[in-house]
Amino acid sequence: MESANELLTILPLIIIGAAGLFVMMLDAFTGSARLAYVSTILFSAAALAVAVSDLFGPMGESFHGLVTYGGTAAFGMVLVMMGTLFSVILSRDYLEKTGRHIAEVYSMILFAAFGMLLLVASNNLITLFLGIETMSISLYVLAGLVKNEKKSVEAALKYFLLGAFATGFLLYGIALLYGASGSTFLVDIAATEEKGMIYWAGVGLLLVGFFFKISAVPFHMWTPDVYQGAPTTITAFMATASKSAAFVAFILVLSRALPDARAEWSDVIWLFAVLTMVIGNILALVQDNVKRMLAYSSIAHAGYIMIGLAAGTPAAYSAVLFYLFAYTLMNIGAFGIVAYYEWHKGYDFTDIQNYSGLGFQQPIIGVLMSIFLFSMVGIPPFAGFIGKYRVFAAAVDEGLISLVVIGVLASAASVYYYLRVLVHMYMKENGNGITLTRPGTLYSAVLLLLAALTIYFGINPGILTDLLGSFKSVTY
Amino acid sequence: MELLLNIVIYLPLFGALLLLFIRQDDWVRWTSLLVTTATFVLSIPLLLQFDITSTGTAQYLTVGEPFMGDWDVKYMVGLDGLSVLLFMLTTFMAPIVVLSSWTSIRKHVAGFYSMLLILQTGSLGVFAALDLFMFYIFFELTQIPMFFLIGIWGGEDRIYATVKFFIYTLVGWLLMLVALIYVGFAAGNMVNDGIFTTDWRLITSPEFQLGLVEQTWLFLTFGFAFCIKVPIFPFHSWLPLAHTEAPTAGSVVLAAIALKMGTYAILRYLIPLFPNAAIAFAPMFAVLGVIGIIYGALVAMVQKDVKKLVAYSSISHLGFVVLGMFAFNTIGAQGAIIQMVNHGLSTGALFIIVGMLYERRHSRLISDFGGVAKMMPVLTVMFMIATLASIGLPGLNGFVGEFLILVGTFNSEVLGSPWYAVLAAVGVILAAGYMLWMFQRVMFGPITHEENKKLTDINTREIGLLVPIMIFIVWIGIRPTDFTRYSEAQVTWMLEDTQTRAGMIAGNAAGEQLPSWALKLYAVTPHLADAMDMADGDADVSVGVTPADANKGTGVTDAAGDVHESGTKDAIRNTNTKKESQ
Repeated sequence: MESANELLTILPLIIIGAAGLFVMMLDAFTGSARLAYVSTILFSAAALAVAVSDLFGPMGESFHGLVTYGGTAAFGMVLVMMGTLFSVILSRDYLEKTGRHIAEVYSMILFAAFGMLLLVASNNLITLFLGIETMSISLYVLAGLVKNEKKSVEAALKYFLLGAFATGFLLYGIALLYGASGSTFLVDIAATEEKGMIYWAGVGLLLVGFFFKISAVPFHMWTPDVYQGAPTTITAFMATASKSAAFVAFILVLSRALPDARAEWSDVIWLFAVLTMVIGNILALVQDNVKRMLAYSSIAHAGYIMIGLAAGTPAAYSAVLFYLFAYTLMNIGAFGIVAYYEWHKGYDFTDIQNYSGLGFQQPIIGVLMSIFLFSMVGIPPFAGFIGKYRVFAAAVDEGLISLVVIGVLASAASVYYYLRVLVHMYMKENGNGITLTRPGTLYSAVLLLLAALTIYFGINPGILTDLLGSFKSVTY
Repeated sequence: MELLLNIVIYLPLFGALLLLFIRQDDWVRWTSLLVTTATFVLSIPLLLQFDITSTGTAQYLTVGEPFMGDWDVKYMVGLDGLSVLLFMLTTFMAPIVVLSSWTSIRKHVAGFYSMLLILQTGSLGVFAALDLFMFYIFFELTQIPMFFLIGIWGGEDRIYATVKFFIYTLVGWLLMLVALIYVGFAAGNMVNDGIFTTDWRLITSPEFQLGLVEQTWLFLTFGFAFCIKVPIFPFHSWLPLAHTEAPTAGSVVLAAIALKMGTYAILRYLIPLFPNAAIAFAPMFAVLGVIGIIYGALVAMVQKDVKKLVAYSSISHLGFVVLGMFAFNTIGAQGAIIQMVNHGLSTGALFIIVGMLYERRHSRLISDFGGVAKMMPVLTVMFMIATLASIGLPGLNGFVGEFLILVGTFNSEVLGSPWYAVLAAVGVILAAGYMLWMFQRVMFGPITHEENKKLTDINTREIGLLVPIMIFIVWIGIRPTDFTRYSEAQVTWMLEDTQTRAGMIAGNAAGEQLPSWALKLYAVTPHLADAMDMADGDADVSVGVTPADANKGTGVTDAAGDVHESGTKDAIRNTNTKKESQ
């Protein structure tokens, strides 16, 4: 089983890795951002197609058990590639209109995506670490893309420093777990007989590392600054693809490496889920900047997803995967529209006051924004509702009723800040005198597609839930 | 007929999509009128073909495939005696609502009408849904358009009103979602081979027996959500605000249809799902109902704004509905159902009339009017009828509902005290006070404001949209049996079945260890013990309804008849649930 066949199991990784190098070369030799853009889209679409077909293929391990393919890994790749493809498509218009359309952006996005793909496929803590680092370093660069803006530079530096710190925790955790179990393979760690201090310290540090990547409170400090400082479409990429990848990897580690310790980590995650939901939502309530509000909202969403992790059953994991799917759709959609509004006034036109009366100019965009926001609130018939419903249901089934009650109360509070955007868009007079121009065809098409998927999977989630349900026998 | 039911539900939604492609405002109005009228016309056969003797099952039942993977959550709609009148009320009011905003809505017309149409599909779905999960989905589908209707086309304080309305309702319903999930898993374990289910037939089947402690919590959570929606005192504070700030059409839909979702949900889900808790908490709900009746009336009395006055009168009327439902007898529940329809008609008409006055005068303050009768004789007649109907004058519809409810409450075994009826009757007197006083100040007396001299009477469109409501107000008042007969069999069955199941659960719970508060709540309360004994042993569960009472001017007959042994009932029920009716 050496050679070619084994390479096929990680085909999306190969495509994206090659694409990253190719786009970098393209930039060096032609300097054409447009060419880079087109080839990035083509390569990402190809990788997405391969990942989608892998969903229905076999599941297993390759490269001596270092990576897995099919099942959850394939679904993780689909999430990452969806996030990549859609935010890349949206990026051109936005970056051109805000005057920083350069080819390096795309190669950096591709390298980050490569790291994420490796992360979701990893079956070994070293592979996992390589994935996280490749992803993070590329994202540090992307966050600082607007290098003449103070905010952007601050975001990049903050992200880098805190990220490096968290990496230290993660790596130390890996080292301790290796010390306790004598292996970095997830399955071997699960087989650890003796669970002493070293083991528990390793587990704790590993959790902290993941909490940082999924921006759980109190490790969330970087998120609002980075999300606000980065160019909006890049924020969309970071908020969806990197978060999905981190969550999928988190599931893999929890379910494969630490199944015996479930009672312990479930309690820890319970506590952090509460903190994340409550603090994320409260801080989102007081934001006047839409981008920053969406950043806190993504923290709050991480909290809801953690309810599923705390439940820790196969049903809960597949609910989390569904949630991530819905989350990717609605977040890219919402950030895409924020980016669209933003480019009419150049960078940083994201104060909520600026949105007054925009809903009725370009009514279709307004309707789409309403769909994405209502989906985030968790109102049927949108995919966000099904995601929340399934995660909550899995937790209720495990008896975590008090956690779910905190979750629903937090999400009831969240209604206020999502509605506030709509209130400004529809119920206030247009005070800033900007006239919206139609977005490009491709741009509108992506937004429409995202909204259509949000509704489709809200009405007919069965296809996806069946598929996700079928993974559990092998993966978890 | 199954197809027809689905067409009726989704035609408005289709119309809303159609409106996206229409640019001219007049075309938008005509299209909406056409769509809503067609919906109403198509819904008439559903009423004509309705089998009024059928019990325990729904008619025109459509059962879809489970759509959420491994869970038994499916599309399921149908009508039965509990829902058919409210369903018809919704289709009937829609064209009227469209007509009532013909000239008053001038900005974003297409948006306005598409919101109204989406709201209609949601409301029809709420009344037709027979899966708890579908019910939840349709319910939320009504919230979004309502949010925009109040927020975009409303009055001065519309943003505060709409956000408060939305969040207030959502808090209750999200908590209910948790309880709903719990019920789904519990029902799955007990009656559906471990598969999550929210099928109405299964969650009200005799084998589905929730423990008393579980029932208490679930009942309170569901009850909290429904109380907010009704709204029952003390959860009503969103209502006057939302009603006042909403545009006329919004107020009418809110009063005539949206508030009914709460009371309907109590009858459809809250009582049958948690039978023991429903009986144990019946006195509490009745007290809240009575407080609502009197409080609503007293607050209405001091209002300066006509619309606010009507809004508070809604709280008072809905108190009656709640009281009737928790009387736990056929007469009371029948009264509650017909009162829901009555309130929809008369309060709907009042809001429309206030809207007409507002459109002409741009004020809703009582003090700005006076002597309007001289200028607007036709409107005065309509206003008078609606006012008297709202007060409950014999011969008009309001009387029928309130009388049945009072009789039902007076004789209620579960409530066990005539005082509820006595105090509620005070509410009727107060209603006469505040409504007539308002009417007198607005319509009669000298004209004190110059502007009122220029008022023009209502035109053909406005007469045309009020007349159908007036016809039904009188029709229900004179021949109530034409309407009450639709719900009678099903309501009787539902209450008996609920009490039978309560008896079974209480019997099973006797051997269990219960916390002391539960013992006190479910076993020691004397009224309750009676009710349970009765349901357990004696088959005559529709107690308190003697034929003499039933015949007393109300036309509801045979309420106490048709009593079976509980065993037979179960057998009938089982065959009914398996049979998918025509």
